[in-house]
Amino acid sequence: MRTAVADDKDYRGKVHALSRDIMTDWMTELKDATQTNIPSAYLMISGNCVEILRCFDILPVFPEINALQLAIRKNSLPYIIKSEELGYASDNCAYVKADIGYTMCGGVGEGGNIPKPSLIVCNFVGCNVYIKWFEHCADMMNVPMVMLDIPFVREDRPSKEDVNYVLTQLKELITECEKLTGKKFDIDRLREILKHSARAEQGWTRAKELCKNRPTPFDSYFDSINMMGPINALRGTKEAADFFDQTVEQYEHMVEEGMGAAADEKFRIVVEGPPPYPYYRNFRNLFEAWGAVAVQSTYSTVGGTWEFGFCHDPERPLESIAEQMIVHNLCNRSMLERYKQIKSYVEDYEADALVIHSIKSCRLFSAGQGDMREYFTKELGIPTLMVESDLEDPRYYAEAQMKNRIDAFFESLSYKRIRAGAESEKGKVG
Amino acid sequence: MTSEQIVQHCRDVLELLPREALALAREKHPDIGGFGVFPVYAPLEIIHAAGLMPVGLFGAGDKVEISHADSRFQSFICSIAKSTLELFLRDEMDDFVGAVFSSICDVARNLSSLVQRNTPALYIEYLHLPQNMASAGSLDYTTAEFTRFRTNLASHLEREITDEAIGKSLVLYNKVRSLTRDLYGHRKHKPSSIDASDLYTVVQAGTRMMPEDFIPLLEQLLADMKTRKVHPRDGVKVVIEGSFCEQPPVGLIDVVEAAGCLVKDDDMVVGWRLFHEDIVANGDPVGAMAQAYLTGSVYTSVRHDRDNPRTVGLMNRMKNSGAEAVIFAPAKFCEPALLDYVLFRQKLDEADVPHLKVEFEEKMWTFEASRTELETFAESMLFD
Repeated sequence: MRTAVADDKDYRGKVHALSRDIMTDWMTELKDATQTNIPSAYLMISGNCVEILRCFDILPVFPEINALQLAIRKNSLPYIIKSEELGYASDNCAYVKADIGYTMCGGVGEGGNIPKPSLIVCNFVGCNVYIKWFEHCADMMNVPMVMLDIPFVREDRPSKEDVNYVLTQLKELITECEKLTGKKFDIDRLREILKHSARAEQGWTRAKELCKNRPTPFDSYFDSINMMGPINALRGTKEAADFFDQTVEQYEHMVEEGMGAAADEKFRIVVEGPPPYPYYRNFRNLFEAWGAVAVQSTYSTVGGTWEFGFCHDPERPLESIAEQMIVHNLCNRSMLERYKQIKSYVEDYEADALVIHSIKSCRLFSAGQGDMREYFTKELGIPTLMVESDLEDPRYYAEAQMKNRIDAFFESLSYKRIRAGAESEKGKVG
Repeated sequence: MTSEQIVQHCRDVLELLPREALALAREKHPDIGGFGVFPVYAPLEIIHAAGLMPVGLFGAGDKVEISHADSRFQSFICSIAKSTLELFLRDEMDDFVGAVFSSICDVARNLSSLVQRNTPALYIEYLHLPQNMASAGSLDYTTAEFTRFRTNLASHLEREITDEAIGKSLVLYNKVRSLTRDLYGHRKHKPSSIDASDLYTVVQAGTRMMPEDFIPLLEQLLADMKTRKVHPRDGVKVVIEGSFCEQPPVGLIDVVEAAGCLVKDDDMVVGWRLFHEDIVANGDPVGAMAQAYLTGSVYTSVRHDRDNPRTVGLMNRMKNSGAEAVIFAPAKFCEPALLDYVLFRQKLDEADVPHLKVEFEEKMWTFEASRTELETFAESMLFD
């Protein structure tokens, strides 16, 4: 049965347009800041503490978003090559290479699109490459760096010492921010900011929950990018919280109308791993051709696993920031925790299959995904496809090979479904 | 034993798989269990105090064919991760109580998960070693992390690991590290007194012996080095950098020397000789170890230390050892080493220090390309 579907601008366009507008405003602020002395700070996406920077009116800058934008606009390769000329290896993370190459080519600072940061806040949340990346930025731009070492989740819950360690470092960051801006820390202001964060997080959770519907109102892998910018980079602003209210409203309306992300939702999939940004649209098309829609994705939770019930608590401002950084994001949790997350997605969202997009750049995601495939196919009996390319470096994307693998997988799923249908009919007749 | 016999014995030990090294140690210490230690660093003293032999897990070199791990790890993952996993998947580690991994890189972290899932009978620990040496909370955190390991291990073994036992183990490992420092110190002044590959072989073999058995070998070797009459060799004085985790094949180190380089210092097996000085227990051995990790460690590529950057560490290593060039020897696909290379290279270029990068893999068996590069490099310096 063909599901009702909104036209392109309705189902993908409205939320996308809202997201684009507020993200563009932020990027304009960044561009403007290259000409002023407004304090700014580098921060990583995963488990970030952007609210603390906001509390001091420090403009947050995310080099990962810079790298992502270079890739999705198909501009990353020259900067990657520039970095390789500086000594980066072909095997190094291409996000790092694109961002550093861009910086070295004048993209950062006066005359560029991104301000030279006043401070580098290295929120080491899972990804070890973060540390190197920010060490390089600090060294190459001669900017002071603050380390926030976030203990990895290695027991059922973080210990008192884990939390205290993070709290101490957050307080040390606050001291640095006070020195940088000359402003006194105002905890009531932080509480107000966290109220916006919590509202956005609740909106995220409601939107994601709607993907349990058939048809799912949006593709929880490809369309989640529209929500990832606001939740990770703009969290703590009224604009981001309002965005999520409007987004939920839009998706709820679609559910009521029976409108889906795909013209004909045939397969519900869970996707693991970041997308190939240089070929974002091409990659999506390969799934759309089969009516395959993502009902959940792990990549969308790199910044926070909000849909599992966490949101910042204005009554416990620093404590809840610490808890989010330690526990409630994908990057700071083990592979085995990710297996559990995916398993719950498959069950709760009634997915037909798991698709693993293994990328060379990010070992945090990819190292060991062969074992993940073993686990889901052999132990849980969930059809699993694993394909490889990269999130940033276009040289690793082979369209024909990708298409062959995806086509073969869904063809096989279609055949199994037809056969299962026939068996079922035979049973009824018998 | 003579020095030659010690080196040969160490070569033989390195030919063994971890299970066989444990069996060899059990001939003398029948009651000990084995515990794998994935590089770079783990608090060995806690493991030893628990009645276990810490055994360095540096992969399997060319001794094991990778037939299972290849389907778990992709082609762009380092050899040590694959061959270590292979050992576990082939049940080669079944005689062990377990193993410890730490937060050195993204691959090691995921490897720890894979080992845990595929060998549920073993106790697998993952340590988050601190990356902030300068916070007021660092010491409490690090002490708590080592204590957590101690508690979990004791609970698994169902026996107490006392302060007294850890203190005794600390004395032994202090001795190992101190003797190793002396060997390195002596080599700095007289690089001809021991081949770099021999010293490397001995130090690495020490990760597969009980410290009480290793100490006499080190003492004997040091005594021999001090009295040995050597003819000083001419060559390019170099530091080897980048081999802190996966270890290069001995053949590669031979080639470095044969090409005309005198190795004055290196970072091979650095986690087992991490500290500048002895750790003084002062009644709190775990706290003392935590403090040493924070403020008494040699720089490595897997430890961020804001106030003591690695680039400064490398320049000091050059200066202190009297080296005039750097050979970068990172394992293929080793992200920490390959990323650090960029900043190291910049600083060396600024200081006009010659350097050469030679990547390696575990199963590398021919070194002709590296030999040509190294010979050209050495000749360009010697005849400059």
